[in-house]
Amino acid sequence: MQELALEITNAAVRLGGRTVWSGVDLRVGSSEFVAILGPNGAGKSTLLKALLGVVPLSEGSIRLFGKPVRRGTDAVGYLPQRRRFDPDLRIRAGDLVRLGLDGDRWGLPLPSAEHGRRVDAVLQMVGASAYRHRPIGELSGGEQQRILIAQALISGPRMLVLDEPLESLDLNNQQAISELIRGICREQGVTVLLVAHDVNPILPFVDRVVYVAGGRVLSGAPQEVIRTDTLTRLYGTPVEVLRTSDGRLVVVGQYEPVSHHPHDH
Amino acid sequence: MGGLLDFHFMQNAYAAGTLVALLAGAAGYFVVLRGQSFAAHMLSQVGFPGAAAGALLHVSPVLGLLVFCAAGALAVGGLGRDVDAGDRTQSAAIGSILALALGLGLLFVRLHGGGTQLIYSFLFGAILGITDADVQVTAAVAIAGLAFLAAIGRPLVFASVDPDVADARGVPVRALAMAFLLILAISVAVTVQIVGTLLVFALLVAPGAAALQVTARPVAGVAISVAVAVAVTWAGLALAYFTDLPVGFLVTTLALGAYAAARTARVLVPA
Repeated sequence: MQELALEITNAAVRLGGRTVWSGVDLRVGSSEFVAILGPNGAGKSTLLKALLGVVPLSEGSIRLFGKPVRRGTDAVGYLPQRRRFDPDLRIRAGDLVRLGLDGDRWGLPLPSAEHGRRVDAVLQMVGASAYRHRPIGELSGGEQQRILIAQALISGPRMLVLDEPLESLDLNNQQAISELIRGICREQGVTVLLVAHDVNPILPFVDRVVYVAGGRVLSGAPQEVIRTDTLTRLYGTPVEVLRTSDGRLVVVGQYEPVSHHPHDH
Repeated sequence: MGGLLDFHFMQNAYAAGTLVALLAGAAGYFVVLRGQSFAAHMLSQVGFPGAAAGALLHVSPVLGLLVFCAAGALAVGGLGRDVDAGDRTQSAAIGSILALALGLGLLFVRLHGGGTQLIYSFLFGAILGITDADVQVTAAVAIAGLAFLAAIGRPLVFASVDPDVADARGVPVRALAMAFLLILAISVAVTVQIVGTLLVFALLVAPGAAALQVTARPVAGVAISVAVAVAVTWAGLALAYFTDLPVGFLVTTLALGAYAAARTARVLVPA
């Protein structure tokens, strides 16, 4: 039996008096690539924040690699959902990456040779060395995403938690970033949990699909979940799963603006 | 240098001005990085009645400034939201409260029996009237402020540019925001002595803005911001001594000049 990377037991989160989801049981094996799907507002980001220890559970427990979740652990690298950085934000991309390593330590951000080497190495790995000295705000969306993945990786995590890393990227960059994440998962055995709005770019290498909808969190193998009937039920709107001539699955549908708030009064 | 430092009041002006410039330059880098210029402006206006209350109670105006600015920082932090984020209802409320602050200052000045000279010095600074006691308070505040800023520097940069990841990495983002507001409050309080409540931007925003035009490195940014603040203060005081023009006018002009030069340099020589 593979080591468990993530073990969620009977977990629930309540925010502002509303139960976001409850009765969640989920197990993810080490080195798995997991896609998290679901309508807007269903609690996907909340699920990620719960396993980062940023949002507390109202019941149940979450264990990462056998240990209870703890905010700030080096075992997890996080890329939050966001728009682009402000174009006027004047901090070098390499400095931002380094903050992922030592930004939580008190004192002045003085240069350090050892940390500089680790920044070099991780930037090399994600292919972002060329623009490490440029201010983050001046980089393109794809370049910013590589920098942020480097930032998430620099503490040497065993799990990457990525909230819509492909959003607002063009098709080429979606492809490139997906391949990069797949490589990190396969070659370094890093478990990946990735929230995706559009599942198509990552569909070829997803090991497991977790879907968050209607106050529940369920999971299954891609071939069980990525089906016309399942996705249509999940999103509450017609979704079609097609198979291309070379055997790839493609999800087609208008599954964007549906928001489930089943516990609202 | 025909006697620039011959007079005791000029020695005090240079001592206090340098201390203020060191703190305001360092804090100012973070003000600009965090986009908190409006918070700095708010705290300076809250400082006006503070200075007047200090005069009214026959303690030093700088002590009144410290108390009022710190109380203002706690109130701003207690709102729980970023005042610079632009909430319509909140900005209307804050605008009204700031007007009240100036009105209160006016009341305190009247109760004190002081005239336009006192109001003038609170609004535009009175660096040439700094006492030995003011210099001592300024020194203590500047050293404490710089030491505290040095201690929280790195996580503050992290929380300023990337709050979501900083939070997930265990950085106390909200506590740091509060701590920085307090540092900003004491920086404003001592800066008001030099350039008055209406002109604090000259030392608290312009040097940081100039620094961020020419560098994207945090340590270099703080160093340049401090250097600009000190240079502008020294030059402003010297020019005021020799020309008899107001210090506030000279410091604001030089500060804007430094920012304009930095901006031009960035356009002409792209990084």
